[in-house]
Amino acid sequence: MQKNSVAVVGAAETTKMGKIPDVSVIGLHADAALNAMADAGLTPADIDGVATAGISPVELAHYLGIKPTYADGTSVGGCSFMLHVRHAAAAIAAGHAKTILITHGESGRSRVGAGGFARAPSSLMGQFEMPFGPVGPPTMFTVPVLRYMKTYGVTEEDLANVAVIQREWAAKNPRASFKDPITVDDVLNSPMIAWPYRMLMCCLVTDGGGALILTSADRAKDFPNKPVYVLGTGESVETPMVSQMYDFTSSTAFKISGAKAFDEAGIKHSDVDHLMIYDAFAHLPLYGLEDLGFVKPGEAKDFIRERNTAIGGKLPVNTNGGGLSYMHSGMYGMYALQESVRQMRGTAAAQIEGAKISVAHGVGGMFASSGTVIFTNEK
Amino acid sequence: MARILPEPTPETQHFWDGARNGELLLQRNKATGQAYFPPRPFDPNTGSRDVEVFKASGKAVLWSYVINHRPRPDMGTEPYAIAVVKLEEGPTMMTNIVGCPQTPEALVLDMPLEVVFEKFSDTISLPFFQPAKS
Repeated sequence: MQKNSVAVVGAAETTKMGKIPDVSVIGLHADAALNAMADAGLTPADIDGVATAGISPVELAHYLGIKPTYADGTSVGGCSFMLHVRHAAAAIAAGHAKTILITHGESGRSRVGAGGFARAPSSLMGQFEMPFGPVGPPTMFTVPVLRYMKTYGVTEEDLANVAVIQREWAAKNPRASFKDPITVDDVLNSPMIAWPYRMLMCCLVTDGGGALILTSADRAKDFPNKPVYVLGTGESVETPMVSQMYDFTSSTAFKISGAKAFDEAGIKHSDVDHLMIYDAFAHLPLYGLEDLGFVKPGEAKDFIRERNTAIGGKLPVNTNGGGLSYMHSGMYGMYALQESVRQMRGTAAAQIEGAKISVAHGVGGMFASSGTVIFTNEK
Repeated sequence: MARILPEPTPETQHFWDGARNGELLLQRNKATGQAYFPPRPFDPNTGSRDVEVFKASGKAVLWSYVINHRPRPDMGTEPYAIAVVKLEEGPTMMTNIVGCPQTPEALVLDMPLEVVFEKFSDTISLPFFQPAKS
C-alpha cells in the first residue's frame, strides 16, 4: 500500500467510560460509532464499509442502518482493530469502499448483553491447557514471564515499575479510571493474583468502546479535524495456546508485525515520537519495546527504570495511562489507536508537543496475535 | 465440583488413550525425527504427513509457571501452580506440578521433572509432573 494514501478522519470513544450498567455491548458500539460520525461530520448513509470484532459486522451494519460494500469481521483478540485499520487502508486503496467505520464496544465490567469466555473442551486449548487450572488471562498471559525474568534478570520491582510510570501518565488524563499516584511498594503489596503477578500489575476491567473512520487521503482535508495518515501497518498471528509460544522470552507475532509496519513506513525507530503498547499486564511494554526493536532483548527494564518512557522521557509510552490505569474493556487495542490519533491531532490530555509519528502496537489473546499501525500528521 | 476435563478429537485420541495407560505419547516426523506437540496428523515444521506416535521419556524441566490465587472450584484449593514444562524431546506442555509445595522456593526453573498420571474418569487421566526421583 502507498504510504499516507489513507487517513483517519473520525475518532471517538464512548460518551462514558468505566462503569456503564445501562448500555449493552451493541449499544456501546453504536454510541462510539455515532460519536465518531459526529466527529467527522458524517451520518450512517455516508459509511460504505464496516469492520468490528466481538460482535459480527453484520450486527453492526444493520444496527446502524449501514448498507456496506465492504465488511471485515477479523476477530483475533484485542488487537483486531489494528488489523481492521490495516485491511481498511488496503480496501480503500483498492476501491472496495470509500469511507470505513471500525468499532469496538465491550461491557467488560457490567457484562450487559455480553457473551461468555468458555472454551470448547474439544479445542486444543480445552484439551491441553484448561484442565490444568487457568482462570482467565491473569493466569495465562503471565505464564511465560518467569522464563523471561530468569533469562534477563528482570525482577518483580521491574514489573511494578511499569505500573508506577503509567499511573503518572494517567494522572494527567481526566478520563483515566485510576489517577492517584502509586509506588513500587504499593504494587508489590497489592493483592496476589497469580505469583509473580499482583493486582496492580494487571489491567482494569471496565465498560466502554471506541470507533474510527478512515477514508482516502485526498478526501481527508475536507473533514473538520486534522487528518491522521496511515504511514505503515503490520500484522501477524502466533498461537492460540500460550504454552506453545515459539519463545517464552519474545513474541514472534510482535516481531513480524512490527518489522512489517516499520518497513512499510520506511522510518527509523528514532523517528518515533510517541508509542502505545497494549498493556494487558505489566510485562507487555517490556516485550513490546524489545520485540519492536526500540531496545535490545533484556534492555527494556532499564530503559523504563531510567524513565525514557515516562513524562519528559525521550520515548513517551502509553500516555493515556494504558490498560493498567486508563481503561480496559477486554479488547484494549481500540483505545491505544484512539490515543495515537489524539496525539497526532494534538488533542491528547498528556499531549507530546510537536509529535509527528505515533506507533500503536497491539496484542490479541494471550500472545496469540499482533497488529501494528504507524500514524503521522504530516503528508 | 468435577475437574474440567478434555474432550478428545480423532486427531488427539491416541494421546489420551496413552495417558489412560500411563504413557506419554508424542508424535514425530519419521524422516527428521523431530517431535512435536499438541497432536496433529502432520509435522508442523515441514507439513509432512509421514509421522509416527512414540512413547516419550517422560523427563522434562520446569520451564515457566504462575502460582494461581484466583478461585477455580474444580481444582481444589488455591494456590496452585499452572506450569509449562519443556520435555526432553523438545516440545513444551502445560501441566501441574505435584509432590512439591506450590511455592516459589520449591518451584525452581529448570528443575528436573518426571511425568505421572492421575485418573479422573474411565477415559481421562491427566499428565502431571513431579520432581525427578532418579
